[in-house]
Amino acid sequence: MSDLATLLESWEPVIGLEVHVQLACESKAFSPSATSFGAPPNSLTDPTVLGLPGALPTFNAHALELALRLGVATGAKIRARCRFARKHYFYPDLPKGYQISQYDEPLCEEGGIELWLGGVRKKVRLQRIHLEEDAGKNLHHGTASLVDLNRAGVPLCEVVTLPDLHSAEEAAEYMRALHRLVRWLGVGEGDMEKGQLRCDANVSVRRRGEDRLGVRTELKNINSFRFVHRAIEHEIARQVRILEDGGQVERETRLWDADAGVSQPMRSKEEIADYRYFPDPDLPPLAVDGPTMRKVITTMPELPVPRLERFMREYGLPFDDAALLTDDRERADYLDEAVRAAGDGALARPIASFMLTELLRVLDGQPIAKAPVAPAALAELIALVAGEVISGKIAKDVFAKMCASGEGAQHIVDRDDLRQISDEATLRGLCEELLAAHPRQVEQYRAGKDSLLGFFVGQLMKATGGKANPALSTKLLEQLLAAT
Amino acid sequence: MVLTREEVAEIAQLARLALRDDELDALRGELAVILEHVEVLGQADTIGVEPMTHAVPTALRLRADQVEPSLPVAVALADAPAARDGCFEVPAIIKAAT
Amino acid sequence: MSAELAYAGAAELARRVRAREVSAVELTDAFLARIDAHDGALGAYLAVDHEGARNRALIVDAMIAAGQDPGPLAGVPVGVKDVIVTEGLVTTAASRILDGWVPPYDATAVARLRAAGAIVLGKLNCDEFAMGSSNERSGYRPCQNPWDLGRVPGGSSGGSAAAVAAGLAAATLGTDTGGSIRQPAAFCGVVGLKPTYGRVSRWGAIAFASSLDQIGPLAGSVEDCALLLEVIAGADPRDATSIDQPAPSLRPALTAGVAGLKVGLPREYFEGALDPEVAAAVRAAGDALVTAGAELREVTLPHTRFALPAYYVVAPAEAASNLARYDGVRFGHRGGGRELAEMYATTRAEGFGPEVKRRIMIGTYALRAGHYEAYYRKAQQVRALIKRDFDQAFEEVDVLLTPTTPTAAFARGEKAAPLDMYLADVFTLACNLAGIPGLAVPVGATASGLPIGAQLLGRALDEVTLVRAGAELERAFGTRRPPAYEGAA
Ligand SMILES: [Mg+2]
Ligand SMILES: [Zn+2]
Repeated sequence: MSDLATLLESWEPVIGLEVHVQLACESKAFSPSATSFGAPPNSLTDPTVLGLPGALPTFNAHALELALRLGVATGAKIRARCRFARKHYFYPDLPKGYQISQYDEPLCEEGGIELWLGGVRKKVRLQRIHLEEDAGKNLHHGTASLVDLNRAGVPLCEVVTLPDLHSAEEAAEYMRALHRLVRWLGVGEGDMEKGQLRCDANVSVRRRGEDRLGVRTELKNINSFRFVHRAIEHEIARQVRILEDGGQVERETRLWDADAGVSQPMRSKEEIADYRYFPDPDLPPLAVDGPTMRKVITTMPELPVPRLERFMREYGLPFDDAALLTDDRERADYLDEAVRAAGDGALARPIASFMLTELLRVLDGQPIAKAPVAPAALAELIALVAGEVISGKIAKDVFAKMCASGEGAQHIVDRDDLRQISDEATLRGLCEELLAAHPRQVEQYRAGKDSLLGFFVGQLMKATGGKANPALSTKLLEQLLAAT
Repeated sequence: MVLTREEVAEIAQLARLALRDDELDALRGELAVILEHVEVLGQADTIGVEPMTHAVPTALRLRADQVEPSLPVAVALADAPAARDGCFEVPAIIKAAT
Repeated sequence: MSAELAYAGAAELARRVRAREVSAVELTDAFLARIDAHDGALGAYLAVDHEGARNRALIVDAMIAAGQDPGPLAGVPVGVKDVIVTEGLVTTAASRILDGWVPPYDATAVARLRAAGAIVLGKLNCDEFAMGSSNERSGYRPCQNPWDLGRVPGGSSGGSAAAVAAGLAAATLGTDTGGSIRQPAAFCGVVGLKPTYGRVSRWGAIAFASSLDQIGPLAGSVEDCALLLEVIAGADPRDATSIDQPAPSLRPALTAGVAGLKVGLPREYFEGALDPEVAAAVRAAGDALVTAGAELREVTLPHTRFALPAYYVVAPAEAASNLARYDGVRFGHRGGGRELAEMYATTRAEGFGPEVKRRIMIGTYALRAGHYEAYYRKAQQVRALIKRDFDQAFEEVDVLLTPTTPTAAFARGEKAAPLDMYLADVFTLACNLAGIPGLAVPVGATASGLPIGAQLLGRALDEVTLVRAGAELERAFGTRRPPAYEGAA
């Protein structure tokens, strides 16, 4: 594998992703049983989910609204009347023998997802976003298989890109961007471990400079962010090796085996895949009406990439900080709210850095919604630092007290007498006492050991319980030490 | 209308019908007759005619996202030809070797 | 019980039950006794729910005793075609693949019948999955025509028509995909009403061809059909194709007469292979309407010859899809096989009868990649032309009068070739393709005594006019009963 980088100088991977996004609905796409995760097998069914004779589908309005949010956010063309189609194949986890999906008249077409790659902004173009239902689950069990239909009928949208991605890294970054967007919009939870985001990859390679696409394979069952990268990289390497050896890539579907770290062909070649699509006669065309569209447009939040760029532009944040703070919408909202409460754009940077260090440390992986300190309260704290009422170091202690008690920063500072000592005369007196108490160190400093300045500052802080204004103290100590 | 035996067998395979040779032969003839009859459709001038997929031209009514009680597991599995551990049981899905 | 009660009709029986002239239990027991006595030879029922029916009847009687109104079908014993699911009562669609299946839910139409006080006696025979025109294609046993046990009752709702004709149910539900209510009604000398597509919820109707299927009533009179449709019609949130309209009020139309009504005779329905006796009876029906004040006109439906071929693409294509769920995994029959693919193929080969397999094969062929445009899509375009024909005709006339079938009931085994059988529906299936309502009414008999049915076709949602004209034909031609069933049980 070590020579892959070298080989990729002459081979270009071409990757398109088909991602299934579970929509955040309480009930299923076409019937009213629940979509909860982790329920006992086959406890979330109804006649429609089971495909019982005589049962019919009815469509979930919320699924439409969520898919529309994603469509509008990606700038896709929304079809005013789209259509459901039946996609036929026999499999035990597919109760009706067909999946209700969309075929030639999907809800959304075109549009794209923006992402930052190695400092460059890129738009991955979408082919379509369509609505469909999920299948159930087959559990292989020796000579038999067990079928659990709890997932069957769960509402999904399938987001299909054009073959716009050219490396495993890009594919992984796209998945992160889509994941972020889906959560940002409240379209879905996007938990890959729970199968709420599932990725199939179409991978081919071609000689660099060539226009024609190579033969592609479809990789299925990539169910974690880590595996997106690994599985695609593995497939690129496999194809490059075949082609380097003068062989031909077979057009096939391959299943990623995460445990073995390899992919295996899924279907036999002689089996005919013919889905016999036709418009579902049980479901009239799905019309997107004006009020629904207006609601989606007027409630559309500022999207992650524009927000990241605004944080850099308006708040002067470095890219990495802006990216971290727009990794989820609640974080970004927190920052905006704190800056608004501070009433001073100049505080944005210190607020952001305090969030990225202290607040995230306290949260220890929990979402920002769990923050023990509200944005306005944090703004108050940072304003005290900026106004030199307290030092940055004291601010951390105050923050800890705020987390513990929920009390405000100003209140804690006043009560515990934590105001910085910034009065020059007072500080000068303290410094003189200190120098008098440490004649040997003064001697050494004056003999050229400059590094002892830190010792004096430390001693002063110790004596004042950290309250001495650090900048002023340093200046005064320097003056006094230089004096004689 | 000529249908080859292989074509008929392929359709049977797609439809998951295990047909005997004599059934395949009979169907080959019957299908040919029916499809020939159906070929009359070619004489209808349908240029620019929108296909009528639904008898009534309405838009889909939508259902509110509200959960209703599921069937009890025992009811869901009541008529299953084979069940185990709360699941429908089926013969192994043998992956074709390559 | 006297045959008088057996043939009194649903509306009259409900009146008597509500007036406490007869109890629901007495009625139910009487009909059950008639079924026990006659159905062995007739074969109208696939399942009889003695216990369930009696229990329901007890509830109805208790309601009446308590001064509550059980509804417009109080105590009326009805039968339900076996393609309509009934909670707790075995439902097979007359297919071996559903052998012994007990549904956990009621079809909306059945639930509405029950809520109106009706007593479900049992499940009625039909062609397997409603695919047939003779009831010879039942996976269990054929049903005979009560007028002549050597003849077919028609199909696919053969049991539904035969049960009414033989007085084994006061009224029944059937389904009509290409004539499956109207054709057997005509063969058995009863009234059958196929409502506008979407008028009656399909929730719980085991799908044959989803864009064509419609549940409707069969009964001894136009009044009873009207009454049943009033009960079962109306929007249903569980069927996205049900029309968002309340149930129509039909019974006032029974006595409205036909004065001023413009009745069209579509030229294409009187050409070709039409039995002269049937043609004469239908023309006589037209004359009767004229006598009652209607105006008769010849109209043309130029795309009529495309109806049968379009139907034999659309219906099998949808059927092949709808029948994919019968795979031996969750319910019904399972065939042998140590691996999955084999289990599927044996399940379906063993469970489906030859006609069903044939249609699955045609439908699968028509939907294959590369065939879709030329077959399914083309047929749906032709369907639009057929609909346009009707729209144009209904600009000139209010209702169309046609034969229901090319001949009266044919003999068992007479139509062995599939296409010959399909031709039995040649006059009924355009109505399904267009989604409009149709009513079959008896208009006399052949010289050998077999019933002949006329067909009335109306505008979408205009069942009222069908009832108006149908009631007039009924007044003109009366009703007849097969003599063998005139005796007590
Ligand atoms: Mg896909
Ligand atoms: Zn999909």
